[in-house]
Amino acid sequence: MPLFKLALRNLLGGGLRTWLNAFILSVSFVIIIGCQGLYKGMARQMEHLAVGSYYGGGQYWQANYDPFDTLTLDDAHGRLPDALQKMSAAGQAVPVLKRQATLYAQNRVLNITLNGIKQEQTIIDIPTARLRDTGHAIPAIIGDAMAKSAGLQQGDTAVLRWRNAHGTFDANEIYIAAIMNTQVGVIDQGQVWIALDVMQKITVLPDEATLVITAQGSAPPRGADAGNWVFRNQDFLLTDERNMMTSEYIEGGIMYAVFLFLAMLGIFDTQILAIYHRIKEMGTMLALGITKNDLIWIFTLEGALHSLLAAGLAFIYGTPLLIWFDRIGFSMADMDQFGLALGDTIYPVFTPGIIIGTAILIFALTAFVSYLPCRRIAKLNPTDALRGKIA
Amino acid sequence: MLKKIILGLGALGVWLFALTPIPEEILASPDAENIENIEASVSPAAVVKSAPQTAAEILQRIDDNRLSDGKIVVMSMTIHGRRGDRTISAKAWQRNLKDSFTEYLAPAREKGTKMLKLGDQLWTYAPDTDRTILISGHLLRQSVMGSDLSYEDMMEDPVLANNYNAAISGEETLNGRSAWILELTAKKDDLAYAKRQLWVDQERFIALKENLYAKSGALLKTLDVNSVMQVDGRWLAKSMTYKDALKKDGNGTSVVIESLEFNDNLPETLFSKASLRK
Repeated sequence: MPLFKLALRNLLGGGLRTWLNAFILSVSFVIIIGCQGLYKGMARQMEHLAVGSYYGGGQYWQANYDPFDTLTLDDAHGRLPDALQKMSAAGQAVPVLKRQATLYAQNRVLNITLNGIKQEQTIIDIPTARLRDTGHAIPAIIGDAMAKSAGLQQGDTAVLRWRNAHGTFDANEIYIAAIMNTQVGVIDQGQVWIALDVMQKITVLPDEATLVITAQGSAPPRGADAGNWVFRNQDFLLTDERNMMTSEYIEGGIMYAVFLFLAMLGIFDTQILAIYHRIKEMGTMLALGITKNDLIWIFTLEGALHSLLAAGLAFIYGTPLLIWFDRIGFSMADMDQFGLALGDTIYPVFTPGIIIGTAILIFALTAFVSYLPCRRIAKLNPTDALRGKIA
Repeated sequence: MLKKIILGLGALGVWLFALTPIPEEILASPDAENIENIEASVSPAAVVKSAPQTAAEILQRIDDNRLSDGKIVVMSMTIHGRRGDRTISAKAWQRNLKDSFTEYLAPAREKGTKMLKLGDQLWTYAPDTDRTILISGHLLRQSVMGSDLSYEDMMEDPVLANNYNAAISGEETLNGRSAWILELTAKKDDLAYAKRQLWVDQERFIALKENLYAKSGALLKTLDVNSVMQVDGRWLAKSMTYKDALKKDGNGTSVVIESLEFNDNLPETLFSKASLRK
């Protein structure tokens, strides 16, 4: 404890230089915690939107379905097993039938995936109630990114061409019953949604589906994944989102490293200067009976305490700053265009893990950087040190 | 990327194959100038047959006129796109209405690329990579290099009489030629087009124009023959324009047959995978 007091007194005796170092380190503290919170918020928001808009509580896929290969859609359909039919009837699941189609809109020809979904479903956040048939063209819903790329607005009509189950071409007019504001690319880009019964009729695939989205919290029924239907849980479905976030974390780590490097450079420099400028002080302390190890410990602690001061500073100005950041969020306008299922604004999430983890990381790094120059103390000759010389 | 390139080349190959051996879509409506040239060279064989009495007989005569066991065709296809035109030329050998071997002649980027179609399977060979790749299943259903054609147009049984019931719905003069209007309705469920409409030259039994319809009755595609030619007594389309009728502003895709030779004795070795690397 006396050593700690001595180190603290020496540190505070450093004056402005100490506070400048501590301030720089506190900025790193705040930035790292802020960015970590932002990434955490981004990951949570992305998963929340993807689950609510499409993944639900997991999906049953027809065995031939491969979401990365639209060419498989022609074969990826089948009748639902009894267990899934019961779930669907009970409102615990919603079947979706997918087929390739071509959309002729505003002089553009777009290859799209045509999705048939139950009009009365409430399991995912697609406004399927708007698919009410008015007796004219086929009512359809598209996402805002799709509407933008196709040049379509609500109430517009376009021609849709598809092939039925026998391979025969068919075509009809659709009208845009609603444009949904969504950030989930998988239900938006290149996707057109129509009523399931209409879809089954025009494709001559009665009672068939490509996948079944289950409600969140519903238990997978026994026997449902027998035969040609395979259950994909949320972890499986969210793999891409999580992998993407992992790469984001790595990119963020590079930024942290730069900030920390700058802060550590300041502390390292301070330690070097301290050792060279205070050589007589060290000699005196050795002459008074302090061991070299204690001396190393005092100087290392002196450097490492920068991080404690920085944590205190970061707490003072960082707390209100991060609370404000948490309230207003971070604007990510149009990020959905890049396929990221994010809202217009990302709200950071600050967990104890992020704060404690960051503090430990910075304290450990500071202690290490502080220790490195102190190793020279072990080579000190007390008599030389008293005369201000380093051996 | 590689998949796309291969798909594109495969598509062209199938397309050329389909156009070459099976000018099923090739419905001729020759312009006046061409018609004059044609009149002078009408083969006696073309007029010896008795006049057909029924739509089914007309359809049979169309099939007889355009289908053969073996052909060698050199042709070019020009895709009229928004960003300009692209022309691709190729030479194709076809036999038995099912198999074909195609070699690309131009542009330079595709020169030397080969395609082999045996039944419903398709292989492409790219000299750059020295690889032979099988393209099958749904890849064959893709559209063709931005053109107004799709694989489905080419891969069907080319014998119209096998697939469609025919009825004469009227007569019309098209580019100075008397033509029957034939309404074709599918005999089976698995045909790409549920209905077709043909304008058939009453003397030459070549379709001068064709409309292809969806099951709902919507017009999907049109084909107009711009000029015709006579080869070994048969009347065939020489140049034609294919259009996607659902595209409001498309200029279509033009096809020109530069040379066509009937040959029932094409070497067996040509229709093998080994020939792709030669």
